[in-house]
Amino acid sequence: MDLAILYVKKFYKIIRGEVLVLPSRISVGLFFLVLIGLPLITRDPYIIRIIILTSIFAILAASWDLLSGFTGQMNFGHALFFGVGAYASALLNVHAHIPPWGSVPLGALAAVMAGLIVGIPCLRLKHTYLALTTLAFPIILLGIIFALPDWTGGELGISGLTRFTSSLLGNYYLHIITMLVLCTIMWKITDSNTGLIFHAIREDELAVKTAGINTTRYKLLAFCLSGFFAGIAGGLYAHYMRIAGPSTLEVSMSFTVVIWAIFGGAATIYGPVAAVFILFPLLEFVRFWPEYRTLIFAFIVLFTLLYMPEGLIPWVRDKIEKECPRCKIRNVSTRKTCRICTAGLD
Amino acid sequence: MNIIISGLIMGSMLALLGIGFSLIFGVARIVNIAHTAFYMLAAYFIYQLSIKLGLNPILGMLIAVTTVTLLGLLVYKFLIDPIREHEGAVLIATIALAMVFQEGVLLSFTGDYLTVDFLIDGFFTIGGVKVFYQQLLTFGMVLLAMAVLWFLLMKTKLGLAIRSMAEDREIANLMGMNESRLAMITLGISVALAGFTGAVLAPLTVLNPYMWMEPLIMMMAVVVLGGLGSIKGSVVAAFILGFAEAAVVFLIPQGAFLKGSVALTIMILVLLMRPEGLFGIVFEEER
Repeated sequence: MDLAILYVKKFYKIIRGEVLVLPSRISVGLFFLVLIGLPLITRDPYIIRIIILTSIFAILAASWDLLSGFTGQMNFGHALFFGVGAYASALLNVHAHIPPWGSVPLGALAAVMAGLIVGIPCLRLKHTYLALTTLAFPIILLGIIFALPDWTGGELGISGLTRFTSSLLGNYYLHIITMLVLCTIMWKITDSNTGLIFHAIREDELAVKTAGINTTRYKLLAFCLSGFFAGIAGGLYAHYMRIAGPSTLEVSMSFTVVIWAIFGGAATIYGPVAAVFILFPLLEFVRFWPEYRTLIFAFIVLFTLLYMPEGLIPWVRDKIEKECPRCKIRNVSTRKTCRICTAGLD
Repeated sequence: MNIIISGLIMGSMLALLGIGFSLIFGVARIVNIAHTAFYMLAAYFIYQLSIKLGLNPILGMLIAVTTVTLLGLLVYKFLIDPIREHEGAVLIATIALAMVFQEGVLLSFTGDYLTVDFLIDGFFTIGGVKVFYQQLLTFGMVLLAMAVLWFLLMKTKLGLAIRSMAEDREIANLMGMNESRLAMITLGISVALAGFTGAVLAPLTVLNPYMWMEPLIMMMAVVVLGGLGSIKGSVVAAFILGFAEAAVVFLIPQGAFLKGSVALTIMILVLLMRPEGLFGIVFEEER
């Protein structure tokens, strides 16, 4: 009993001392709570559906960020991983009758293989060459899919997949929790030593090489990790929509992912997730005005970038928080002195 | 024969687009995704001017190219220039711009397929294949444009400035060249090229608001295959890919689906052997 009280006290102390002092941490906490508690407020199937799709795309955008934001290997063909994940799990589900619990992870493994196949040749290329070459891969696969309609359904795609569960709430919690867990894992990866090396590769690859680190191996690792998460997103999407179609591999899909991630702020993980949660529902809710949807989307992105070229979330974060000049700890911008070392903030 | 004709047309289109794209990349390091959207806009302007308003088609082409160029300069001044230092931001700004153009066209011309009349009618036959005079005219115009561009780049002071800026920006800057103004001029040239391509190709293609996507990918393939910033490379690569596409379409059943795949596979295979493209130069890594 005492032990339990001790843990509760410790938890309370952490919440008060580490979470409630920073607005960004409070908003992350609120984000978790609101998502988990949403079914208490509304069970409108339309809203639930939008949130599920949003969270699937949030995984996708974060996985792009893990690869391109952190290691700086601009990937313009991220739809490849998404599409491979979707098609692989659809094929396994429809032809081999593997239930979604098995087909989604297997689809993700297929996407990892795709990551290796793309990554090994592409790592000889740099910067823009890499970006423009990766753009080619989904289009090649799309051509193959159209040329083999017996297997892949051609333009119609593979339909008739089974869902995870038929209940609304079950589906909701499954996707939400998968998204939260996967995004936390991605954020943890970028926070670890590996993430530090990814960061360093983007800043100065030559210096990392000089430090005795095999950069090729780390870049390949980034390709595989990113492919894995994007593949899971693809598999979830295919099973949720009950169809894996060519739209998952289109160029516009790759571009949309890049827009989401850079709009939210590259190399942050939380930025792309937040961007998807802002942009995707926004676009859904202007559905009553369908002709102007894409136009509105493009204008929002253009004008946001004009004023916040670093991305939306880092800009907001810089407004509400200040970094202590002495100990590099973040503080609320309303404070006059640092909360740790009491140095003056300015 | 069919292969040669459509390969030549395809190749020349890709060559012009690719040159424009690699010019602006070389000088200003801008990856302009909206490049082919300007090409689409020019084609639509010609449709509007010559079919809807009944202007003389050649006058219409001139007006269209000028308008598109001006639009390009305005866009550069107000949207690209303020965020030049942030590469990612520039990149998605141009993507967003292409989407704006696409939607604008979709709203004002609807998504229907439109065609523009040939400038000159008639055809002759070689080896049992119809060759339209329009196709010859387009090809001739493209060669003319390339010659003018070559003259501009190789024989004038502006060309010298553009080439030196592409080679080493800092040194060019130290030599007293105005980087920002040069970037603007180059963007003007590059957009004008895209507009010109749209103008001469409009009669041979079908206009629809999504027509910028496919040439965009092929154009990027051309530029990468030829080596970024190399004009000779772009031309050679454009004809290689143009002929490859034409050959796949005419020789393989179901080829229309596979044309992009085959062309891009060629690009990837070449890049595996020569990571800097056919005629690219290996620069010292910029740090």
